[in-house]
Amino acid sequence: MKKGSTLFFEKRPVFIGWAAVGGKKEGEGPLGGQMDEIFEDTTMQTECWEKAETLYQKKCCEKLFSKTGSKAADVDYMFAGDLQAQCTASAYHARGLDIQYLGQYGACSTMAQSLGLAAAFCAAGFADKAMAVSSSHFCAAERQFRTPLDYGGQRTPTAQWTVTGAGACLLSRAGKGPKVQAVTFGRVKDYGVKDVNNMGAAMAPAAADTLLRYFKDSGTSPADFDAVYTGDLGAVGSKLLAELLADEGVKLENHLDCGLMIYDRETQPEVIAGGSGAGCSAAVLAADVLPKLSKGKLHRVLFMSTGALMSQVTVLQQESIPTIAHVAELTDE
Amino acid sequence: MKLTKTQYEEMTQKASPPSHLFKDCLWAFFVGGAICLLGEVLRQCYLAMGFTLTDAGTLTSSSLVALSAIATAFGWYHKLAAKAGAGTLVPITGFANAVVSPAIEFKTEGLVTGVGAKMFIIAGPVIVYGMLASVVWGVLWYLLRPLFG
Repeated sequence: MKKGSTLFFEKRPVFIGWAAVGGKKEGEGPLGGQMDEIFEDTTMQTECWEKAETLYQKKCCEKLFSKTGSKAADVDYMFAGDLQAQCTASAYHARGLDIQYLGQYGACSTMAQSLGLAAAFCAAGFADKAMAVSSSHFCAAERQFRTPLDYGGQRTPTAQWTVTGAGACLLSRAGKGPKVQAVTFGRVKDYGVKDVNNMGAAMAPAAADTLLRYFKDSGTSPADFDAVYTGDLGAVGSKLLAELLADEGVKLENHLDCGLMIYDRETQPEVIAGGSGAGCSAAVLAADVLPKLSKGKLHRVLFMSTGALMSQVTVLQQESIPTIAHVAELTDE
Repeated sequence: MKLTKTQYEEMTQKASPPSHLFKDCLWAFFVGGAICLLGEVLRQCYLAMGFTLTDAGTLTSSSLVALSAIATAFGWYHKLAAKAGAGTLVPITGFANAVVSPAIEFKTEGLVTGVGAKMFIIAGPVIVYGMLASVVWGVLWYLLRPLFG
């Protein structure tokens, strides 16, 4: 059922499995112990970062299949994305699966976008089982969006650190597990931020816009949820989101940002304003949010991913950064 | 949301922590100074070895470039630069790092289409505009020189 901008599912899709993998730095972070596997060698014994990211995604899905006792042939659709140009990490992973594949590009919002579409397909009866997958790799992203890894540059106090890792979940029309109650797909917002080293600030208005639409459509407020998770607003974006919502009369006191959860900014100061990347919210969803929902430690949460939709070309052309945010309401049994 | 871009720019500026200017300047001054000191030590060594003043200068520059390339290859230079900022960017070692780092990064795309094509992706504009500036100054000097007798 559609109300306003939100899809409310009558037959709520069920998370029957999930998996998260990370690199060395993610393993050293607070959620390292909760991930299914940590691959400390971020080259994954390959000669380039792009191949390594494909392998992170592959290993993540292999974990998902082994945990759920399923195989690719059991899955109707895979919605997957990453940060690489033309979404190659996902496509190169999918070429080995013989699965109906829908590549997603939503930058760091990819996980919520993939999850929302997989849920909608399941709820509508177009799929019995659908996967949502998202990954990123610090080194592949750095060389694509910024400078070569060995280039001696200084990061600004608002910069964030792209997560090396992946998250995947398997949704089904039936079964036991946490459920997707509703989804709001976002609208592209651009409030004129041009600084690519301040993505949190660029994305906060998109996050606020989608959350406000969701609260309006569902007649809820943040207090109705155990937690409101955002993807990778980081320290600056989180502060701005709270201010933007306060200006609209919405108090956000139970907010958790995946970018601030995945690393410890005290012991890992090089991440500066926190984690980011398409793998950030995906890994946190699978390593922390879904396990807590399934164990009854959380009952009702909002899971949002936020994405900055610029390219290196548009940045050089002095364009500001268009951004987007999608949100899903997740519940326990 | 009835927020204007100007209002949001003000909010962003307030929420974004500024750079630690004083600390950054100290790092840049001391690391940059240390690189220059190393250069001077090398120059004195070359002079002591009997090289002419011009040759000692050229050898010093070449040595610093080589040392920077080695430090970049071992992944040390960018770690120092993360703290030192302009201290590692401004000396000739920064220029070497700007050439060597893309050469390493893009070797997976081939020697010609990767290393060859991308090696000057950062340093290229410096060379282009450096040369242009020298040509402009050459013409100006040609015109001005008679005035100085």
